[in-house]
Amino acid sequence: MNPEMSLSAWIEGIGLIAPGLPDWTHGAAVLAGLEAHVPAPSVLPAPMVLPPNERRRASRVVRVALASGLAALEQAGMEPSGVAAVFAASTADGHNCHALCETLASRDQRVSPTRFHNSLHNTPAGYWSIATGAMAASQSLCAYDASFAAGLIEALVQIHATAAPCVLIAYDAEYPEPLASLRPIPDAAGISLALRPEATPRSMARLDIRLGDGPATRLGSPSLEALRTAIPALRGLPLLEALASARGGELDLEYLAPLSLHVTLSPC
Amino acid sequence: MRGFDCRNNRLARRGLAADGFEDAVRSRIAHHGVRRVGVVLGTSTSGILSTELAYRQRAPEGGPLPAGLNYPGSHSTYSLADFVRTWLGIEGPAYVVSTACSSSAKAYAAAARLIHAGLIDAALVGGVDSLCFTTLHGFASLELTSPEPCRPYDAARSGISIGEAAAFGLLERATGSLDADAVLLLGCGESSDAYHMSSPHPEGLGAQLAMEGALAQAGLSPADIDYINLHGTATLNNDSAEGYAVASLFGTRVAASSTKGITGHTLGAAGALEISISAMALADGLLPGSVHTLNLDPTVPIDYVLASRSAPLRRVMSNSFGFGGSNCSVIIGRAG
Repeated sequence: MNPEMSLSAWIEGIGLIAPGLPDWTHGAAVLAGLEAHVPAPSVLPAPMVLPPNERRRASRVVRVALASGLAALEQAGMEPSGVAAVFAASTADGHNCHALCETLASRDQRVSPTRFHNSLHNTPAGYWSIATGAMAASQSLCAYDASFAAGLIEALVQIHATAAPCVLIAYDAEYPEPLASLRPIPDAAGISLALRPEATPRSMARLDIRLGDGPATRLGSPSLEALRTAIPALRGLPLLEALASARGGELDLEYLAPLSLHVTLSPC
Repeated sequence: MRGFDCRNNRLARRGLAADGFEDAVRSRIAHHGVRRVGVVLGTSTSGILSTELAYRQRAPEGGPLPAGLNYPGSHSTYSLADFVRTWLGIEGPAYVVSTACSSSAKAYAAAARLIHAGLIDAALVGGVDSLCFTTLHGFASLELTSPEPCRPYDAARSGISIGEAAAFGLLERATGSLDADAVLLLGCGESSDAYHMSSPHPEGLGAQLAMEGALAQAGLSPADIDYINLHGTATLNNDSAEGYAVASLFGTRVAASSTKGITGHTLGAAGALEISISAMALADGLLPGSVHTLNLDPTVPIDYVLASRSAPLRRVMSNSFGFGGSNCSVIIGRAG
């Protein structure tokens, strides 16, 4: 009820895949300024948790979501089958969307069943639960460029409601042309956070969030700042930068105008 | 509609204007303050029809899309909540839930959590889905569309009839003194099938988990439920899987029906639409019958309501299940 109402959780694990930031270990060194950011295409590992057929056909959004989510849970020592998951993305699979729209504009409009179920916004969530056996609640949401902050809010609200762990899996991938001209996202990227309601020996930091209205915190490095604004899931990078440098403190993540998401990070 | 013009957002605007809802909501927004109201809506395909039509105007060899296609205001999954938030001048948290046919039931669950957590005092909730070629040809490719009006839970059911709908509600924190006719959101349960992308678990395991979760959150037992508005899409698999799950939890003790014979399957709007129908059933004391269902499937042992009849109702459960194995069950009840 209080506008200053804040929600909290403990960060237990991080998954990161972004251009020039292949995983959290390397990404943390770059974000902390210990290593230079060398731009390179995102590396999306094949999802070994899926059966061979699905693995081969797994799209870039499915790959980035599964790989970053599993990395966060592995670091946290959390078994995926028992964890509620929040998937936040600005869109579904762009390549699949393009192929579907081309077919639907052609004389023979017949589409393949796989194309159809891969067109859903919650396709990565579906594959995630099939791959991990997780029957817990899973959420798939979208708030366009504000999807990272929206997902973080939903994850902390779920933890508040259930007092159970939750993993946030924020991801995005590109559209091919001609849609890329309308919605330019240069590459795939994902940030995942494994969260618990209480501290453990593995806890990296305590996270407190509340609605604010400050300008979004920017990144010092121009190439990292360019990534933050180019890929919606990477609007969460300032949080990871603060974690990487273990300095904690206060920051604002881009959310829906006129709001920001104000974050207080207290390293363990 | 500037910046948001597409079939889905036009349907959203018509839905808001219906039944005096928009005026009532504007007065509640003024009461709570624009930053204390959230927007949580469900859709599966948003305004993708605009992009599908734009692809038809491309040169056969490819090339750019025609000028004027507005991606964030139509195709984007978030476009629906963006439009409604802008239209009503709301400045609180917002997002779209997009989990196929459970989307707008899950929007109710998510909005209730936001209110509970104290981030907002009220939320505009609901769902909007409109016809597009993706769903029309997609469901056809799975051989899930019926050649006749759909017949939920019928032994000879042959698939869904795709419908369009906009359905909205306003969720607020319950106050001390409530009108007896007020409708309370009592509990929500969510689960994942972890089974298949486009078929439900054959024994409805995920569906059962969602219904059990809703009962647990509401602090109720199966005997406390007076009517179940089933997901009941009229596909072979859904109705048998859901039917088994309902039978194993409720036996034949609770009246149940699907209202999709009247509305068609409105996909991402179905959850919110059927919560509205359930609220009407509570208000009117009416068990809704199942239009177009002729001969009940004898292999599904539940108390299925074929013809509408009067009955005093206190608490109603509404089921919504989606592709990707996304399940949500919502329980609402009368305040008095």
